[in-house]
Amino acid sequence: MNKKYLYEICSILIIFSAISIFGVQSDATNNSSKYVDECIKCHMENEMMPEHFSQTDVHWQKGLSCAGCHGGLSNEPDEEKSMSKSNGFVGVPNKKEIPEFCGKCHSDISKMQLYQPRITTDQVSQYYVSKHGKQLKVGDLNVATCTDCHTTHEILPASDTRSTVYPINVPNTCNACHGDSKLMEKYNMKANQVEEYSQSVHGIALLKNLDVGAPACNDCHGNHGAIPPGVESISHVCGSCHVNNMNYFNNSVMAQPFSDNGINSCEQCHDYHLIEKPNDEMLNVHESSTCTDCHSSSDEGYLSSEFMYNKIKDLSFLYDSTKVISEEVHIMGMNNIEIEYSLKKIKQSLIQSRTIIHTFDTAQVFAKADEGILASTNALILADNEIEEYFNRRLGYGITTFIFILLAAALYWKIKGLKS
Amino acid sequence: MGTNRRKFLNSLLSIGSLGALSAIIYPIISYLIPPKIAEVKVNSLKVGPVAEFKNNSSKIVKFGRTPVILIRTVDGNFKALEATCTHLDCLVQYKNDTQQILCACHNGIYDLQGRNVSGPPPKPLNEYVVSTIDGEIRITSQDERS
Amino acid sequence: MKNKNITKIENWLDERFDLSPIRNLISHKKVPVHGHSIWYYMGGISLFLFMIQVFTGLLLLMYYIPGEDNAYESVQFIITKVDFGWLIRNLHSWAANLMVFFVFLHMFSVFFTNAFRKPRELTWVTGFVLLLLSMGFGFSGYLLPWNELAFFATKIGTDIVGVVPYFGDSLKIILRGGEDVTGATLSRFFGIHVAILPAIFTTLLAIHLIFVQRQGMSEPEEFEKLSEKEKKYIPFFPNFVLQDALLWIIVLIILLGLTVFFPWELGLKADALASAPIGIKPEWFFMFMFETLKLLPAHILFLEGELVGIFGFAVVGIIWMFIPFIKLSKKKELNSKIIRWVGLFSLIYIIVFTIIGYL
Repeated sequence: MNKKYLYEICSILIIFSAISIFGVQSDATNNSSKYVDECIKCHMENEMMPEHFSQTDVHWQKGLSCAGCHGGLSNEPDEEKSMSKSNGFVGVPNKKEIPEFCGKCHSDISKMQLYQPRITTDQVSQYYVSKHGKQLKVGDLNVATCTDCHTTHEILPASDTRSTVYPINVPNTCNACHGDSKLMEKYNMKANQVEEYSQSVHGIALLKNLDVGAPACNDCHGNHGAIPPGVESISHVCGSCHVNNMNYFNNSVMAQPFSDNGINSCEQCHDYHLIEKPNDEMLNVHESSTCTDCHSSSDEGYLSSEFMYNKIKDLSFLYDSTKVISEEVHIMGMNNIEIEYSLKKIKQSLIQSRTIIHTFDTAQVFAKADEGILASTNALILADNEIEEYFNRRLGYGITTFIFILLAAALYWKIKGLKS
Repeated sequence: MGTNRRKFLNSLLSIGSLGALSAIIYPIISYLIPPKIAEVKVNSLKVGPVAEFKNNSSKIVKFGRTPVILIRTVDGNFKALEATCTHLDCLVQYKNDTQQILCACHNGIYDLQGRNVSGPPPKPLNEYVVSTIDGEIRITSQDERS
Repeated sequence: MKNKNITKIENWLDERFDLSPIRNLISHKKVPVHGHSIWYYMGGISLFLFMIQVFTGLLLLMYYIPGEDNAYESVQFIITKVDFGWLIRNLHSWAANLMVFFVFLHMFSVFFTNAFRKPRELTWVTGFVLLLLSMGFGFSGYLLPWNELAFFATKIGTDIVGVVPYFGDSLKIILRGGEDVTGATLSRFFGIHVAILPAIFTTLLAIHLIFVQRQGMSEPEEFEKLSEKEKKYIPFFPNFVLQDALLWIIVLIILLGLTVFFPWELGLKADALASAPIGIKPEWFFMFMFETLKLLPAHILFLEGELVGIFGFAVVGIIWMFIPFIKLSKKKELNSKIIRWVGLFSLIYIIVFTIIGYL
């Protein structure tokens, strides 16, 4: 092989590698130039960017720039041309136009599918069903539109924890208007809903314990189609999570008289925004308990409530004492495995009988509660046996020690006798 | 030293020795008598012969201190899941009409993989391993497989 | 006073086996009485505790099932379901600890009364090996309930073996029955604990006891210097034996008290995937070594700190084992003085580091 040949190979290799390197570089420069957006460029230079603009905005992230919503030409540096109506520029929409403004894309399934295959596109039509939407249509500009909840230039998807519509942030978002008593006065509405909600069992779960499984405002009231739940639908709303309670109630003797008298099924006893964690006292026959709101000492309901209360109280007391004794047995160093196992059964029957109260049928409640009472009686017997065993061991030790000491003493004297 | 005293001492010694001996032998004999529940609770539990389980049925078995639900699906496969609901520790049950696992306390529903499908349960049910050895079903806890 | 029947049996045996050595031993063996006589009982107590161990160990074997699936559950079964199972298991655990304690006490008492001197060198050597074996019993038995604490303690304990250069890793694998502490380790430790160690231990113990009986009780120097008249003795049989028995009964009462009032916890079942719990401790009699290894710097000169520590303990152990043969000085007085100081240092070291380990 001669030298010339080798040179040729080398030079070809060098040229190839040079081409490939430069090729990659030119690609990179192309990429960055693609993002030169004349709107942003100019608005940034003149410090005319909209208020609260954020790079995290979902539209910005997906590559939608100003022109995507506001129209016009984003690649045209000439202000006259880029922001002319003939080029589709719409500028800032007025409040009444906002739903259609967003709906341009969000109501168009073929556009939206590009971003999320399973996205819904009924938000705008839902919106016009809501109280907000209806008021907007008649020209009330106080009501919330898309941007009031979702923000304008820092929109984040609801799954983002920073989003104004992330479950934990929803109450605060609604409260911006619904907590404004001056504004709400105009509509004859109270402004304490969120305040009440945040003290409720749901509010504490969501806002204090950050349990996103707990319902925020929108989970009962809907979001885009927000309307106050009607009398008919309220048990439906509650029942969508509290299925058993709803079924029990709807099949109970109380369902008919409730609806006949226009009493709202769930909220009558549990309230609505300020739903407290239910407790057994609600069932009692004191003045402050719920049943006595309608029932008086002479009627059947009063007696049922008293019976059920006493039964549940008995079971709950048994559960507590079994738990304490189980712990005691454990501390004694004895075996509480079986007792712990029964404790689970007792707890289950306690929970279930509390739910079955919604049948208002004492027989059913009693049957369930009795299961727990039986289990706890057995557990208490087991615990007693263990505790007895504990003391038996000490007694046995005492007796054995006595015998051994007797033997030791005898031995001692024997040894003494040997010495002398 | 008087003979009386010696006699007393010797009888004391023999009574003491006898007592001590019985104090030692009694526990040993009772220890050796096997307790009624003769089998040790183990981490792999024999549940019974395959033939005992009909398709589309379930049984709750005690696995140490945790209850486990053993399900035989419609097509005859076995599945074992922890039977305590992840919501408030109630015992779950198999619904053979919908082929789902239901917790009756708050209507929590799990699918047959133990995943929480609807209702309050926050987490799926723990899975146990079911194996069939010589026509007998055995449940093993998952971390014991190694 | 002897029963007629017993005499008959004795004669029958005598005709065939010649019982005179035993009879001689019984009638002639005597125990010196002096200020340090109390230490003569330590060996006896250790022996008594060993017998308890054999006995309770055999009983535990009736229900214990080795293997990672069943070990923990069977121990739980023993202490919750079997009548007096709690007693047997607690006795076994407590007596094990007391036994190691009394073996240590026995060793140091022999050391400081200079009882290991000629002619008892071999008694010392066998005794020291018995101590090591007792610790081996403790180490292997600790894992058998297969609970969390023991699992991780064993992991760390066997890890230390791996530090030894060249064959450390293979040694570790042999000990663990695999790369990691698993069910295989449990089977191995079970075998070691109930078959291998007992076989070696009983043989050595027999030799140790024969040595002691052949040579009689050692007399401390001060006692030896006394004139024959001043020397006081008690007969081994029955006086010393009865006193031994008395002491054993007292030890048994204490032991039973410990089992009833301070039962050993079983803890949680071992889970190889769980993170190590807080407060993993070796057994107390390994604490001084564990603590030393912990306090050593990672590197000493060019060697790993742990390796230096282990090497150090091995060397000290071997020296300690052969201490009766070591002559540092031609003067007998000086020699024993030096050795005494070394022993005192070791004792203080062990006590201090054990205490540090628990602080």
